[in-house]
Amino acid sequence: MSTAPMVRAEQVRKSFGRLEVLRGIDLEVAPREVMCLIGPSGSGKSTFLRCINHLEKIDGGRLSVDGELVGYRQSGDKLYELRDAEVCHKRSEIGMVFQSFNLFPHMTALENIVLAPMRVKGDSKSVAVDRAKTLLARVGLADKVDAYPRQLSGGQCQRVAIARALAMQPKLMLFDEPTSALDPELVGDVLDVMRKLAEDGMTMVVVTHEMSFAREVGDSLVFMDSGVVVEAGPPREMLANPKQERTRTFLSKVL
Amino acid sequence: MDVVPPMVVEPGAGRPSAIKAVPIRHPGRWVATLVVLAIAGGLVYSLLTTDRYHWDVVGQYFTSRRVLDGLVETLKLTAIAMAIGVSLGIVLAVMRLSPNPVVAGMSWLYIWFFRGTPVLVQLLFWYFVSALYPSFIIGIPHGPAFSRSTNELITGFMAAILGLGLNEAAYMAEIVRAGIISVEHGQTEAAQALGMKRLQIMRRIVLPQAMRVIIPPTGNETISMLKTSSLVSVIAYTELLYSVQLIYSGPSSVGAFLQIPLLIVASLWYLIVTSVLTVGQYYLERRFARGAVRGLPPTPLQRLRRYLFTFHAPPPAPPPPTIPPGRVGGPR
Ligand SMILES: Nc1ncnc2c1ncn2[C@@H]1O[C@H](COP(=O)(O)OP(=O)(O)O)[C@@H](O)[C@H]1O
Ligand SMILES: [Mg+2]
Repeated sequence: MSTAPMVRAEQVRKSFGRLEVLRGIDLEVAPREVMCLIGPSGSGKSTFLRCINHLEKIDGGRLSVDGELVGYRQSGDKLYELRDAEVCHKRSEIGMVFQSFNLFPHMTALENIVLAPMRVKGDSKSVAVDRAKTLLARVGLADKVDAYPRQLSGGQCQRVAIARALAMQPKLMLFDEPTSALDPELVGDVLDVMRKLAEDGMTMVVVTHEMSFAREVGDSLVFMDSGVVVEAGPPREMLANPKQERTRTFLSKVL
Repeated sequence: MDVVPPMVVEPGAGRPSAIKAVPIRHPGRWVATLVVLAIAGGLVYSLLTTDRYHWDVVGQYFTSRRVLDGLVETLKLTAIAMAIGVSLGIVLAVMRLSPNPVVAGMSWLYIWFFRGTPVLVQLLFWYFVSALYPSFIIGIPHGPAFSRSTNELITGFMAAILGLGLNEAAYMAEIVRAGIISVEHGQTEAAQALGMKRLQIMRRIVLPQAMRVIIPPTGNETISMLKTSSLVSVIAYTELLYSVQLIYSGPSSVGAFLQIPLLIVASLWYLIVTSVLTVGQYYLERRFARGAVRGLPPTPLQRLRRYLFTFHAPPPAPPPPTIPPGRVGGPR
């Protein structure tokens, strides 16, 4: 069976000034697939994730989500830059979860979640609130509806952030080290939420250092270093039996 | 694997009793209070016993028609000029941070010009603008146009609020910009990732958080505007200060030496309005502290009570903590 990929990257390049951060990334994420992205700090994982929802503009190659180019429209063999409104619309279909949560501190958990559905998608308040409450219950925070982020623990904040992203009913979720800022005993709650999400069939790209999560939940594992994909494959095989020297060195440090 | 707890709480060993310590004394506070009281006493004595202050005249004019009319004009000018200053300031700040260099440049130029020239000159300029442009025309050359005599359009009042408001906008723009850049960039990114547009993000995410930084200097600006508005006396606009000046220099006051008591009248009104504004600012700050702190800060009254309390003796001992049985020494 062949389905069109949800994310397709061909020779994606990105530089900041003279620093070449992505040097030709090739990969594909199928619908319902959970891809885990690992690699040393500074290898370009966050940058690649941010390119997928056009928070960064790519300099070369092709990057498409759900069959449509990111940031451009192709007509014949010419590329046209998308207008702001079009970029915003595409972003609204992709959820993103940050290492530092980035919840809006002046809004309650509920207000954080209903904001974008009401202001971007134009949902009515009652629809948005109903869905937000369902989502909060799903991430185990039904009793925190009216709490401000500063009154929540890191793990609770991150689960609210996941609910906020899900409220837009995205077709793809991006996670950038979602548990790296958490106390160890809070990591499990967040990973449980992500595991359930994967079981429900969400397409996910997860930058993570949680190798057990990659092994148990991931459908594929990609090891990046210095802006290129060094090795990719099924997580169990790769973790047990890395083929590349660089992968082996990295894994020996983190496992 | 067995985990040995680092500290074993033996049942019945009794928990430490409530703390009864001698509180820190503050002898410095006593001394400072005495010094301040002595100075204040001297001042009040001199104010009351020097008859050149003419307190009877102060009382007589304090609520007189002309003074109250002037006060109303001052309040009107302050409110309108600040309204223009804040709204135009926000627009200028957002423009200044625009990715479009022309838009950002226009804002820069505006701020450069209006901060760089004295507000007094700007007031006079607006007042005399009718000499520069006798009539005001909007339209296309040789086409339909709207035209009015500038003298009709730029009244003293218009010149006053244009001069004060446009100047204020330049200062407010910098205050708002400082507030905007104080908001962590991750906030904007999270909002972008949700698909929100630039102006939406500004209005719903960035500005509400920037308010905490913006409000204190804006309160300052408002109080400053209250007094700067007295400059409009140069264009013969009768606000509070100009009203009392007119009274003491009027023909019926010759030789009565009303200057000092009338200036006291004006000063007292400025002080009263400033006090009201200060209280307003305080509650505005509390309003925008929502979510930024776990609990709201104490009100000034609560703080005063706490300050006085630590003068003498320890605060009343809190009731001994009641710990439900079975929760003693357990890990949290
Ligand atoms: N906005 C930026 N401007 C300049 N350099 C950047 C920027 N963002 C990231 N970088 C650089 O790009 C490299 C890759 O960063 P990043 O993608 O965050 O790596 P990772 O997430 O794998 O740790 C780093 O050297 C970082 O300093
Ligand atoms: Mg990173």
